[in-house]
Amino acid sequence: MSEKATLLTVYQYLPQINCGECDVPSCMVFASKLLNREATLEDCPPLKDPKYKVQMARLAELLAPPIKEVAIGVGGNVVKIGGKEVMYRHELTYHNPTAIAIDVSDKMDDKKIVERCKAVEAFTLVRIGEYLKLDMIAARCASKDPERFALVTSLIARSCKLPLILCSFDPKVLKVALEKGEVADRRPLLYAATEDNWKEVSELSKKYDCPMAVFAPNNITLLKSLIKTLEAIGIHDMVMDLGAYTDGRLLKETINNLVMVRRAAIQRSDKDVNYPIMAIPATVWIGDKLDPMTTSYREAYIASLFMNRYADLLIMHTLDVWALLPVLTLRQNIYTDPRKPVSVEAGLRTIGSPDTEAPVLLTTNFSLTYYTVANDIESSGIDCYLLVVDTEGLAVEVSVAGGQFTSAGVKDLFSSVGIEEKVKHRKLVIPGLAARLKGDIEDTTNWEVLVGPRDSSQIKGFLAKNWTIN
Amino acid sequence: MGEKETRILGKNLIELLEKFGDIEIENVEIRAEELTFLIQPVIRSLAQAPQLVPRVVEKEIEALLEAEFSPPIEVYPGEIAEVQIGATKSDGGSRRKVIKIGGAKTMPFYSFEATNQNKPVLAVDVFDMPISLAKAVKQHFKDVMEDPADWAKKYVEDFDADIISLNLISTDPLIKDTSPKDAAKTVEKVLQAVDVPLIIGGSGNKAKDPLVLEAAAEVANGERCILNSANVDNDYKKIVKAAKKYGHIVIAFTPMDINNQKKLNRYLLDEGLPKEQIIMDPTTAALGYGLDYTLSLMERIKLSGLLGDSDLQMPIVAPSSNAWGARESWMKSEDWGPREYRGPLWETITTITVMMSGADLFMLSHPATVRVMRKLIQALYGEFDSDQRIQDWITEIEG
Ligand code: B12
Ligand code: SF4
Repeated sequence: MSEKATLLTVYQYLPQINCGECDVPSCMVFASKLLNREATLEDCPPLKDPKYKVQMARLAELLAPPIKEVAIGVGGNVVKIGGKEVMYRHELTYHNPTAIAIDVSDKMDDKKIVERCKAVEAFTLVRIGEYLKLDMIAARCASKDPERFALVTSLIARSCKLPLILCSFDPKVLKVALEKGEVADRRPLLYAATEDNWKEVSELSKKYDCPMAVFAPNNITLLKSLIKTLEAIGIHDMVMDLGAYTDGRLLKETINNLVMVRRAAIQRSDKDVNYPIMAIPATVWIGDKLDPMTTSYREAYIASLFMNRYADLLIMHTLDVWALLPVLTLRQNIYTDPRKPVSVEAGLRTIGSPDTEAPVLLTTNFSLTYYTVANDIESSGIDCYLLVVDTEGLAVEVSVAGGQFTSAGVKDLFSSVGIEEKVKHRKLVIPGLAARLKGDIEDTTNWEVLVGPRDSSQIKGFLAKNWTIN
Repeated sequence: MGEKETRILGKNLIELLEKFGDIEIENVEIRAEELTFLIQPVIRSLAQAPQLVPRVVEKEIEALLEAEFSPPIEVYPGEIAEVQIGATKSDGGSRRKVIKIGGAKTMPFYSFEATNQNKPVLAVDVFDMPISLAKAVKQHFKDVMEDPADWAKKYVEDFDADIISLNLISTDPLIKDTSPKDAAKTVEKVLQAVDVPLIIGGSGNKAKDPLVLEAAAEVANGERCILNSANVDNDYKKIVKAAKKYGHIVIAFTPMDINNQKKLNRYLLDEGLPKEQIIMDPTTAALGYGLDYTLSLMERIKLSGLLGDSDLQMPIVAPSSNAWGARESWMKSEDWGPREYRGPLWETITTITVMMSGADLFMLSHPATVRVMRKLIQALYGEFDSDQRIQDWITEIEG
C-alpha cells in the first residue's frame, strides 16, 4: 500500500464532525490517538454508520500493523500473537505479549496428559497485581500414530480450554485429529507446513479455517517461497518457524534470521514475511541423559533470548516454577508500555481491620512499589491504613529525587481520604528511602513522622519496635 | 468489508494477475475501469465499489512459487569507540593480555550486516570485606571471602573470569572507613594475585570515592584499570585527572537517563579524557524491577551512537549482578521453587537481556551465570559448530 498512515491521512477518513463521542475533543486528536495505538476504530461510534463503510475499511487497512496479527483459538479462549509495529520497544510499544505454549506428548500416559493440561491451565503467579499465566498447549504426535494422536487431542480438549497447537509433519496425523480429535471447532494452530507437505496441510487449514505454521529451518528463502505460495492459494493466517537452534553457529544464524525477517517486514515492507514468529526452546530436551534441572535452566534462558529477539510464540517443555517465573517476568517487563509507568490509583487502602489506633503508612502509586508493600503488610498480618500518594507512577527514591513525591501531595491526600477522622493519633510511617521528606511532611501536616525501614519486608519488625500510642 | 477480504483483494490479486494472467473471478462482474482501480492503487476500488467481493478461484499451484530474500542491511554512519582494558608488559603493565570492548558497527549480534569485532566481556564482583550475599552465591566463596586476593584468584582459576571487579566498600565512612592508602594496598594485592585486568570501585560515598580511586589509580599505574565511577555527584574531575595521569579508564555513571548520560560523557570529554578511556554505566535494573527501562535505555544509547552521536559512542557496562537485589532471586519461597536455581537464572536472564540491548561488559556474581554467558557468547559469535538437529523435534523430545 503506497499511502502511509500519517496524522492527515488518518484524519481524512474520519467523520470530521468533532462530536466528541470518542472522549477526545476532535477527530484530529482522535487520529493521533489511533496512530499511537491509544484508541481503536471501535472507539469512534459514528464510524460504524454504514455510510462510512468505505472509510472504515480504508482506516483498517491504513492502521493495520506491519506484522499481521494472528488469532489462535475461538470465543473466550483466544490467543492473539503478532500485531507488532516497531523494531524497538521505545519507538512505540510492543503489542500482544509472547504467547507461551507447553508441550504435551501423545506418548505420555493418559493420566499424565490430563494432569499436565490441568497444571498448565491452572498455572498462575501473581506479580505486581498482574496474573502471569501460560497460554496454550502444544500437542505433539510423538507416536507417529494418527489414531493415538486423535485420542490424545480429545483428551486434551476435555481436560482444558486453552488454545491448542497440533504438532506433526504428517498431514494425515493432523487430518485425523481434526476429524475425530474433538479439536476442529477450536481453531488450533496447525504445525506445520514444510517443503514436502504444504499442499495437504494448507487444505486442512482451509477446510477447518485454522491458522497454520510454516516450518523452514534456517532457510528464509524457502520460508518466503512457502508463504508466497500459500498466500496465492488463499491462506492468510500463518506463523513462521525458522527453526530455533539453541547452540553453536546455528544459534548465531537463528538470531540473525529472526532479526532479518522482522526488519524486512517492518522496515522494508516485505509482505512475504510479515507474520508472527514462533520459536521452540523445548528443543533443548532432545537427546538422552539430560539433567532435568540444567535443561530447564537452559530452556528458560534460551526462551528469554528469543523473547528478546521478536519471538511472538514459544513452545516450552519445563513446568518448573523457578524456571518459568523469570521468563514470565521478562515478558511482563518487555511488554509494558514505555510511554507510561504502570501505576495504581492513589488513595487510602485498608489492610486487615484497623481501628482508630492502627498505624498509618505511606507509599507511592508505582505499581511495583504499591504491590510489594501491600503484599508485605498483608502477609505479616498487620492491621493498618496504607496511604498511596500520587507520584505519577514513580517508585519512592525516583520520585523523591525527581520531585513528584512532595509534602503538599501528602497533605492533599490526607484531606481527600479523611484520614484524620479515621484515626485518633497523628503519626505517619514513611518509607526509609523518603527520609529526607520527614521535616517537610511534619511541617505541612502537623503529624509526627516516623522514618520506616528501607525495605517494606522489614515493616513488621519496625512496627513492633517503634509503634506506640500514648 | 472486513480487513481480511481487503487484503485478499489487494496484494494477492495483483500478484496473481501478474503471475498467471488467467485467474477466474467468480460471482462478480468487474468492468475494466474497476479492474484498473483494483490494481492501482488497490484501495480506490473500495471507494468506487465497496460491494464487490470477488472470490478468487486459484489455478492449482503445483510447485512452490519462487522467492528471493536479500538481507535488509543498513549501514550506520557512526561507530562505537574501542576501549582497551588492561596492559601487558610491553604496554607498561603486568596483565596476561589486553581485553578489548566496543568498536561496534551494528546492534548486538546483527552479524548479517556487520561484524562487531569485540565480544562481550565478563567481569565478576569481589569485595574487600565479607558482605552479606545471597546464599546461592555465598556457597561458592565462603572460604575466600576474608581475603579479596583469594576471592579474585578463585574466580579466575576456577570460573574463568575475564576481569575482576574489586569493590572497596570498606572505605565507606559508615562501614569501616578504610583509608585510601589502605584501600590502595588491597588493590596492589589483588593485582599481584591475578593476571587479569581490574575494575576498581569505591563504596558509593560521594566525598570519599574520588580520594579512594585516586590512590588506587596511583598504585595501579600503567595497568589500564577501570575506575568505578565518575558521576555528577562526586568530584569527577579528580577521578578523570587520575585516570589521565596513570593511564586508566573511567566509568561514567548516571541513573537511568539518556540525556544525563550524554551530559556527563560530555563533561568527561571536556576534561580531556578521550572516548577510548570512557565506559558508560546508564544503570542496570534487575529483571522485574525496572529491566524494561534499562532495555530501552541501552537500545536508544547504542542506536544513537551508531547513528553518529559522538557523545554516546562509548561502550556500556552493565552491573547485572544487581539482579540479586530482586526478591525473586534470593528469597526462600515454596511457591517460587528452589532459590539455588532461581537466583542464578534471575541473574542470567537479566544479563542476556542487557546484552541483547547493547551492553558490552558485565559485572556478575554467580559462577553459573559466568559459565552460561561464556558459552552463549561463543555460540552467538559462531565460534563452535553445532550438530544440533531439530527437524524431528516433535518426535524426539524426551518425556
Ligand atoms: C527504575 C528506576 C527509574 C525509572 C523509574 C521507574 C518508576 N516507575 O519509578 C526511571 C527511568 C523513570 C528513573 C528515573 C530517575 N531516576 Co531512577 N531508578 C530506578 C531504579 C533502577 C529502580 C527503582 C525501583 O523501581 N525500585 C523498586 C521499588 C519497588 O522500590 P521502592 O519504590 O523504593 O519501594 C521499596 C522501598 O522504598 C520500601 N517502601 C516503599 N514504600 C514503603 C512504605 C513504607 C511505610 C516503608 C516502611 C517502606 C516502603 O519497600 C519497597 C520494596 O523494597 C533505581 C535504582 C535501584 N536499583 O533502586 C534508580 C534510582 C532510584 N533513580 C535515581 C535517580 C536519581 C533518578 C532520576 C532523578 C535521574 C534523572 N534521570 O534525572 C530520574 C527521576 C525521574 C523523575 N522522578 O522525574 C537514583 C536515586 C538517587 C537518590 N537517592 O536520590 C537511583 C537510586 C539510582 C542511583 N543509584 O542513583 N529511575
Ligand atoms: S467520535 Fe469519531 S467523529 Fe466523533 S470526534 Fe471522535 S473521531 Fe470524530
